Amino acid sequence: MRHVRIGLMAATVLAAAAFQAGTAMAGEIVVGIQCDRTGPTQTVGTFLCPGYHDYVKLVNSRGGIMGNKVRVMEIDHEYKVPPGMEAYQRFKKEGAVIVGIYGTPHTQALTPLLHEDKIPGTSPGFGSAAAANGEKYPYLFPIAATYWSQAAVGVKFAKEQLGGVLKGKKIAYIYYDNPAGREPLPILHKLRDMEGFELKEFAIPPPGVEMKVQVQDIARRYRADFVLNHTFGKAPSVSINEFTRQGYPLKKMIGFVWAAGESNIMGAGGWSKAQGFYVMQFAGAGSKYKVLDDIKALYKSEGKSAPKEMASTVYYNRGLMAAAVHLKGIENAVKAKGGSSKITGEDVKNGLEQVKDFSLGGILPPMTLTTKDHEGGGWVRVFQVQGDGFVPVSDWQHGYRETVMEMVTKGH
Amino acid sequence: MFHRESGYFKTSYKADMALYPLPIGKVAATGFVLLFLVVAPMVLDEYYLSIINIAAIAVVGALGLNILLGYTGQISIGHAAFMSVGAYTAANFAVHFDMPFWITLPAGGLMAAAIGTLVGLPSLRVKGLYLAIATLAAQFIIEWVLNHTPVISGGIQASIEMPRPVFFGTVLNTQSELYFFILPVTILAIIATLNLVRSRIGRAFVAIRDQDIAAEIIGINVYRYKLLAFAISSFYAGVTGVLYTYYFGIANYEAFQLPISIDYLAMCIIGGLGSVLGSIFGAVFITLLPIVIRVFMETVGVFFVDGVYLAQVIAQMRLILFGGLIIFFLVVEPDGLNKLWQNIRNYFRVWPFSY
Repeated sequence: MRHVRIGLMAATVLAAAAFQAGTAMAGEIVVGIQCDRTGPTQTVGTFLCPGYHDYVKLVNSRGGIMGNKVRVMEIDHEYKVPPGMEAYQRFKKEGAVIVGIYGTPHTQALTPLLHEDKIPGTSPGFGSAAAANGEKYPYLFPIAATYWSQAAVGVKFAKEQLGGVLKGKKIAYIYYDNPAGREPLPILHKLRDMEGFELKEFAIPPPGVEMKVQVQDIARRYRADFVLNHTFGKAPSVSINEFTRQGYPLKKMIGFVWAAGESNIMGAGGWSKAQGFYVMQFAGAGSKYKVLDDIKALYKSEGKSAPKEMASTVYYNRGLMAAAVHLKGIENAVKAKGGSSKITGEDVKNGLEQVKDFSLGGILPPMTLTTKDHEGGGWVRVFQVQGDGFVPVSDWQHGYRETVMEMVTKGH
Repeated sequence: MFHRESGYFKTSYKADMALYPLPIGKVAATGFVLLFLVVAPMVLDEYYLSIINIAAIAVVGALGLNILLGYTGQISIGHAAFMSVGAYTAANFAVHFDMPFWITLPAGGLMAAAIGTLVGLPSLRVKGLYLAIATLAAQFIIEWVLNHTPVISGGIQASIEMPRPVFFGTVLNTQSELYFFILPVTILAIIATLNLVRSRIGRAFVAIRDQDIAAEIIGINVYRYKLLAFAISSFYAGVTGVLYTYYFGIANYEAFQLPISIDYLAMCIIGGLGSVLGSIFGAVFITLLPIVIRVFMETVGVFFVDGVYLAQVIAQMRLILFGGLIIFFLVVEPDGLNKLWQNIRNYFRVWPFSY
């Protein structure tokens, strides 16, 4: 009966661990973020979430928000929806005033709950483009350029690169064959009709590691003048190599935001393999920002070296950007309450909608959130692989803003 | 110890075939139903109810897979795909035809059963690992079809927003309201399975599992019962998918991909193949374990790790502990948590006079 006893002991230990819980203390503001450090998108989450923590740590080290400390609750959900739902309920129970959502299905599943519970949620880089409509989704904040805005900038950038005229030009759209990959299609079709270019779509089936046929088609048969590359995971790395192999110049291609990380370049074999490749960023890439120096200084003052996650600047900075927008919204809410930490999700929602021209020294676009526009302007900055890093080649910009907003308002 | 097993004499076939031959079984079952339906919603916070909700949905799916895997001995790696079939069927019915949940629930189940029967066809010819691959193909085919058929999946996003269930004019929004929507379905599923496995059909399933040639010789139509097992199992999966859809508020195939199928296989194997209680144990175990480990790590971890790195350590340790505990429980009792529970029960049955 030894087995029984071992089993009972294990059960008791686990049960004891299960029954403990904390609630928000006075002078403390709780924020909840979902993360994926262990699931299929761990190459992003491992770097993105530390960026969030470090920015909050920096703000707390400076006395917090008007004297109130911010406590971050992070829950890893492995990109599975039920654990994501559980994570949200936990945040709610702990009194979180804002929630950072991670994952497109999670964003969709949480949208009605956010509305019912009056807790704002942010989904930078996730969820549907229609969520930019703040009047329809009052508690959902994409706070970063949606796929529609990215596609619009992609077309605009192609136009600039091809001499200002798109009429009669051939543009290839190569995309990961899932809902997120197909999302830009409606706006691309619309812009095609507006600008009169020729558009051909090339789908890469999951898991996106085999695309020889599609790339050959683009480079040899279709002979595209410009390529929009909207792939995720391993696919961007494979596409860089495949295009090079087919002799297609990388400087005639632009990658959307999830094809734009350091890990994608490393996966292709390093910077030297991807020279000239254009990418879009919704948070600044690189490490030449004052806020990053401040974080390094903070670690140094504690006698530690800077976190190694910082080396992956693209994702780290995106996490930092989410934290910065969250805390800015909270700051506005706390100010409105005269410095009290007793703020509700509704206060933070109003606070977020007052964020205006917030750029944190250039690591963010000049973000302006309004009751109507929860995307913050749809800003994107184009970077190019030059030497050993991403070099900005444009200023923060948006393309075909009226067309995008018209589609957002209509819902499709 | 707690009760006597002697002294109950059965004088009719009906009494002999009762679901609970001993009064304590009946008392315990009623007690559990009362505990969950009356006491739990009164004392528990919304958060804990939300965990029960997620676990209760998983129980239905695990029961379904266990009918196929544990009772009939046919493997399926496409269980999550059948859930998505149920999910999209219900979403389409609810959105386009404004159907209430008491129609969408069985409709989702039936559609999944129909597709499941189709997918079960290879089981007539192939067994074991070969069948596993055949059902794996179903997982990918169903995913692909949903991804590329806007008519079914509602456009380019392949997702349909699902209205909340309405019960006599009340919209079930909060976790406690959804609790009373989900739990009765789970209880119904448990009772149905308990009755199914001791019926003629259930015995035929077991006969096929243990030796299909012998089963055929004693007059069981193996083809029919194999397909029936696939149909029933898929029906449960479909209902699970509908419950998930109502719970998430969205039908999206990305919530029903291959790792979810594997999760359900794990639930059945860890809980105990061929047992209803095992399915419940397995589903609850797989759902709760990550949460419990996380809470445990949050409490203990702060003593060892710096705050900013804690999240990283928790996430990784959770996977390690999760895997470790699964191996631990399977080594301690290869027949699953159900057998472990039976050992405990048998130990206390004669306690303190063992041997």
